[in-house]
Amino acid sequence: MNELRTILGDVVTRLFTDLVTKDLLESAETGAWPDTLWQAAEENGLTVPLVAESKGGAGGSWSDAFVVARAAGRHAVPLPIAETIVGSWLLSASGLDVPSGPLTIAPVHRDERLRLTRAGSGWRLDGTATRVPWGRAAGHVVVVTEAEGRTLVALAARGAGQVKTDQNLAREPRDTLAFEAAPVVAATPAGRGVPAQAVWLYGALVRSAQMAGGLDDVLRQASQYATERRQFGKPIGSFQVIQQNLAVLAGHTAAAGTAAANAFRAADRGDAAFEIAVAKVRVGEAAGIGASIAHQVHGAIGFTYEHALQFATRRLWSWRAEFGGEGDWAVELGRSVAERGADALWPHLTAR
Amino acid sequence: MQTFRFELGELSPEAEALRAEVREFLRQELGDAAPVRRAHSWGGFDREFSKKMGARGWIAMTWPKRYGGHEKSALERYVVLEEMLAAGAPVSAHWIADRQSGPLLLRFGTEAQRQKFLPAIARGELSFAIGMSEPDSGSDLASLRTRAERVSGGYRVNGTKVWTSNAHLADYMIATFRTHHDPAKKHEGLTQFLVDTTLPGMTLSPIIDLAGSHHFNMVVFEDAFVPEDMRVGEEGAGWKQVTTELAFERSGPERYLSSFALLLELIREVSKDPGERAAATVGRLVAHLATLRQMSLSVALMLQAGENPNLEAAVVKDVGTTFEQEVPEVVHALLGVEPTIDSGSDLQQVLGFLMQRAPSFSLRGGTREILRGIIARGLGLR
Repeated sequence: MNELRTILGDVVTRLFTDLVTKDLLESAETGAWPDTLWQAAEENGLTVPLVAESKGGAGGSWSDAFVVARAAGRHAVPLPIAETIVGSWLLSASGLDVPSGPLTIAPVHRDERLRLTRAGSGWRLDGTATRVPWGRAAGHVVVVTEAEGRTLVALAARGAGQVKTDQNLAREPRDTLAFEAAPVVAATPAGRGVPAQAVWLYGALVRSAQMAGGLDDVLRQASQYATERRQFGKPIGSFQVIQQNLAVLAGHTAAAGTAAANAFRAADRGDAAFEIAVAKVRVGEAAGIGASIAHQVHGAIGFTYEHALQFATRRLWSWRAEFGGEGDWAVELGRSVAERGADALWPHLTAR
Repeated sequence: MQTFRFELGELSPEAEALRAEVREFLRQELGDAAPVRRAHSWGGFDREFSKKMGARGWIAMTWPKRYGGHEKSALERYVVLEEMLAAGAPVSAHWIADRQSGPLLLRFGTEAQRQKFLPAIARGELSFAIGMSEPDSGSDLASLRTRAERVSGGYRVNGTKVWTSNAHLADYMIATFRTHHDPAKKHEGLTQFLVDTTLPGMTLSPIIDLAGSHHFNMVVFEDAFVPEDMRVGEEGAGWKQVTTELAFERSGPERYLSSFALLLELIREVSKDPGERAAATVGRLVAHLATLRQMSLSVALMLQAGENPNLEAAVVKDVGTTFEQEVPEVVHALLGVEPTIDSGSDLQQVLGFLMQRAPSFSLRGGTREILRGIIARGLGLR
C-alpha cells in the first residue's frame, strides 16, 4: 500500500467517524444537505482523487479512490462522493476543468440517451435522465453521450434542466433531470480511456466499492451485536448456528472487498470491463446475502429505524440495483466469456 | 475492526514467465486427454508424470538446493500449481509430499531425514500419504488414540487409521500417533512419524467410495515397530506441527478449481447458443471464480511474506469449496442433462464424476463446520 493510500485511509476513517453521526444520517434522510461534511470532504481532497494535483486534485489512482469509496460506503456517507469521483475523472481525463462542489453523472440507465447538438460555437443538451443520483444537490452534472459519430463528455450546471425529485430505499436523492435546449458549460471529445459506456461502467465500479464498505459495516455490527446480546444465559454469538451464519457473512464480505479492489486495480491498468462486471455480480450477490444474515442475527431490534443496521442494509438493497443489477452484469459477463470460448477462459483470467 | 485482510498482489515477472513454459509442457503431456480424466485433477496418480515434473524442477520449488529444491519463490510455485489444476494434470503422486510432507520434514525433520527423503521427493520419486483420521477421530482430531509406545530402539504401534488417501500407492505415510495419554490434555502427547507403507504389522485394506473408486484406505497397526529415527520432531509436538501447515493446505488453488473442468464443459455447451439465462449462469460462476483466484493469490502472497494467514486461508477454503460444490448444481439446474459414468457427452460424464465427488470438497482438509468455527473465532465470537 502506497503512502497516499495510507494517508487517504487515515483521513477518511477519522473524518467519517467524527462527522457521519446517526443524527446527521437521519437529518440527511429528511432532505437536509450536510454541508459541513461536504466541505470537509472536499477540503481533504476526497472528492477528486483522480484529478491531477496541478488541477486541484489529489493526483491519485483508482486504487486510491477505492479507499475513499469503500469508506464512504462503510459509513453510509450521505453525499455524492462516489459520483463526484467518477464525474471529476470523466472531466479531467477529457481535458476539462473540474468545478468545485458536488457532481453527478448521467444518464445512469443504458437505454436512456441525452443528446448534444451544436448551437453556434457551443452545444445544447436535450433529453431526460431518470434516477440520477443526487441530481438536485449536485452543482453540475457530467454527461457522456454520442454526437457526430464520437463520444463526448459535457458539463451542465444545476438549473440548466428541470429537476423532479425522487429517492432510493436509503432516501438518497435519485432524481429525474429533464433538459430542453439546455446550455452546457463545456463539451469535448471524451479522452482516451473514457468509453461510451463510461457512466454505466464506472458507476457500477464505485457502487461495488460502496457495497464492499457497507458489507464491512454490516459484518462489524452483526459480530459486535452477537457478543453483546444475551439469550439463554449467554451471548448469542456463542451458539454454533450464529457462528456459522456470521462466518458465511464474513466470507461474502471478504469476497466483496477483493472483487471490488481488483476492479479498481484493473481500472488503473486500462480496460476494466471484465473486472467491473465480476465485481458488480459478486459484490451484489454478497450484498443481498449479507444484509439478510445481519438482520437475522440482530433479530427484531435490527428491524427498527432506531438501530443503525438499516443505514447500511437499505443502501445495499438499492446500490446493488443501481448501474445494473447482478443479473444484467452476469449476462454481459457470460456473453463475453462464451464469445471467447471455453479454452480462452483460463488464459484470459490469468492474463489480467 | 480489522479481522481479516485480503490485499491484492502481483505475481512476480519470474512467476509469469514460468506460466508459458508450464502450459507448453502440459499441452504436450496431456494432449487431448478426455475432460472426465482432467476432472480427476489432483486425484490422478501417475508416477511417470511426477518424475517429469521433478525433472523440470517443478516439485520442491521453494526448498533449499542442498535438499534437492530449487529456491524459487512461493509465487512461482503458485503459478505451477494453478496451471496444473486448471489443466487437470495427474499430480497426486507428488502432491502431498510437495505440499505437506516435504515442508514438514524441512521444518521439523532431522538432518538425516531431510537428506534421505527430500531429494527423492524433489525428483518426483517418493509418494506420501497422510495418516491422521481414525474411526473415532474425524473433526475432533486431537482425540486420536492409535498408540505408539516406546520400546527399545523405537516405538510399538497399535491402532487404526481411516480415510488414508493413496496409502496403497504411496511409499511413505506421515502418521500422527499418541505417545502419551492424559485425558485432560488431549492436544498434548501427539507425535508424528514417518511410516514405510510396507511396514510389517501394518495392514492396508481399501475403503471404496460411493462412486466405486479406491483411493481411501483403512490402515491397521498391530504391534508394528517404527524405529526411533523415523519420529518427526519432538515427542508430544505433533499437534503444533500439524496445525502449522494448515494455511498451506487450505488456501491453495485446489480449494476452488475442483469443478473447473465442468465449468469449461458448460461454457463449451453454452457458447453454441448463449441465451440470456445461460449467459447469466456462466457470468455468475466466472465472477465467483475470478474473485476466488484473487483471494487465494492474496493468501499465497501473505505466505510468501512470512505472515500467518490462518484465518484468511479458512475463508478461502470455505468460500472456495462452496463454489466448487455449486457448479454441478448450477449445471444441473440450467441444462437438466443426466449425469453419466461412461456414456453420453463429455459434459455428462464430467457432471457425473463431479456430482459424486463434490460432497468430499467440504470434508477433506477440515470440514466446513470446523472452518467456520475458525472464522467465528477470528470474528471474536469464541
